[in-house]
Amino acid sequence: MGKKVGMEVSLAIAEAAKMANTDVVAAYPITPQTHIVERLAELVANGELDAEYIPVESEHSAMSACLGAVATGARTFTATAGQGLELMHEVLYVASAMRLPVIMSVANRALSAPLNVWGDQSDLMAVRDTGWIQIICENGQDAYDNTLCAFRIGEDKRVLLPVMVHVDGFYLTHVIEPIEIPEQDKVNHFLPPFSYPLPLDPDKPLTMGAFAPPILFSEAKKAQEVNLRAAKPIILECWAEFAKIFGRQYKPIEQYRTEGAKILLLTLGSFGETAMAAVDKLRDAGQSVGLLKLRLWRPFPFEELRQTVSGAELLIVVDRALSFGGPGGPAFSEIRSALYSEKKRPRILGFVGGLGGRDLMVAEFEGMVKRALEMKPSGAEQEFEMYGVRE
Amino acid sequence: MNARKTEAEYTWKDMEIGCIVTEPGSSQYYRTGDWRSQVPKYTFSRCIKCGVCALYCPEGCIGTNADGHFQADLFWCKGCGICARECPTGVISMADEEE
Repeated sequence: MGKKVGMEVSLAIAEAAKMANTDVVAAYPITPQTHIVERLAELVANGELDAEYIPVESEHSAMSACLGAVATGARTFTATAGQGLELMHEVLYVASAMRLPVIMSVANRALSAPLNVWGDQSDLMAVRDTGWIQIICENGQDAYDNTLCAFRIGEDKRVLLPVMVHVDGFYLTHVIEPIEIPEQDKVNHFLPPFSYPLPLDPDKPLTMGAFAPPILFSEAKKAQEVNLRAAKPIILECWAEFAKIFGRQYKPIEQYRTEGAKILLLTLGSFGETAMAAVDKLRDAGQSVGLLKLRLWRPFPFEELRQTVSGAELLIVVDRALSFGGPGGPAFSEIRSALYSEKKRPRILGFVGGLGGRDLMVAEFEGMVKRALEMKPSGAEQEFEMYGVRE
Repeated sequence: MNARKTEAEYTWKDMEIGCIVTEPGSSQYYRTGDWRSQVPKYTFSRCIKCGVCALYCPEGCIGTNADGHFQADLFWCKGCGICARECPTGVISMADEEE
């Protein structure tokens, strides 16, 4: 058994990157990611981590430097948040399409304007289609564990894709939690050294990032799409192996008190912890309510979703991001689309709340269940609401 | 040149990891000549073999022919006309490509 210590989640993420023996870190500090990269800079400076720390002038450069590092076969880590993730946006597509497994923590934060540095998943949703594997964490242990898993998944020769590990800004990054840090030899056993099959090498020249004319581009994109979908069984394999070694089992969709539940709440990230308390209260009051927590965002877990909602009559999806002028919150509209072809599916309602660091407490989750039961199935405007906005 | 797949014969399954090109110098097999809408025509009697056209050619596709005159390889020549503009003795003129 590893040692359980009280640790700020940001520092635990840095610790995971350190214990993974990261070779290169290229990052630019931004709230609420700062403590992660500050700690890594410190670990490199004091010699605890033998890595190259590249202080860059922007997130665009950070991600670009990371691509170059992975291309030489170096294990590479970075972290960002909100506006920083947006600034590196165009380079994110390059990482996935070039199959360069950069591992990145994203401290989820609202996007300007108005300027807001607090927790929100608008940044997460804006990078949905960048082709990265995306894992959403619920608590500090999860963040530590899945940072380790991200290296193993992304660097797997059958995968070779960049991985984002999402942690809610402040709600996770700035809280101190009891976190079990395993022994280094167990981590070494779990995480084999990285070996990129076609690294940059002067003795064996190759061209990376060549252009593709219309006659090749669609084939390149199909290959990328098949590759990302094919990563799912390897993600499951990684989590099974992680459970064997460390005793904690992760799943694409986590279930909490869903046995026989007629009503299901579905949350992403740290909302799950609060929603569990709400489910306990509602269950104690005799209501048939359970909770689903979506962990694997890309590749999307279609089968697991269909399976876990099959017995429910009402599914309430809670988004921490808005799709302006669109069909409700981003997770809500994807989930509804994923269930559209099911013969028997629950009624699906969506709430958007907790934007820009607004707390959603246990009472709010209870309130959403109450409100959903009041909402009449009478058209699009009734299917999605912003929750907790003053009229 | 070995028998190699043309671009149109590549399926998505043939793509190397991240579309990496593992064969150095493979761009020589890429026919950029079919981008051409104009083609260089030569009056070699005026050619002083100075090679200015070859220095200016952005494609690097101008070499010497059997007589030692400088001439573009139409497999790669994109028909930009820079050689015609730069030739000091007016050897080259650009005509519409009719291929």
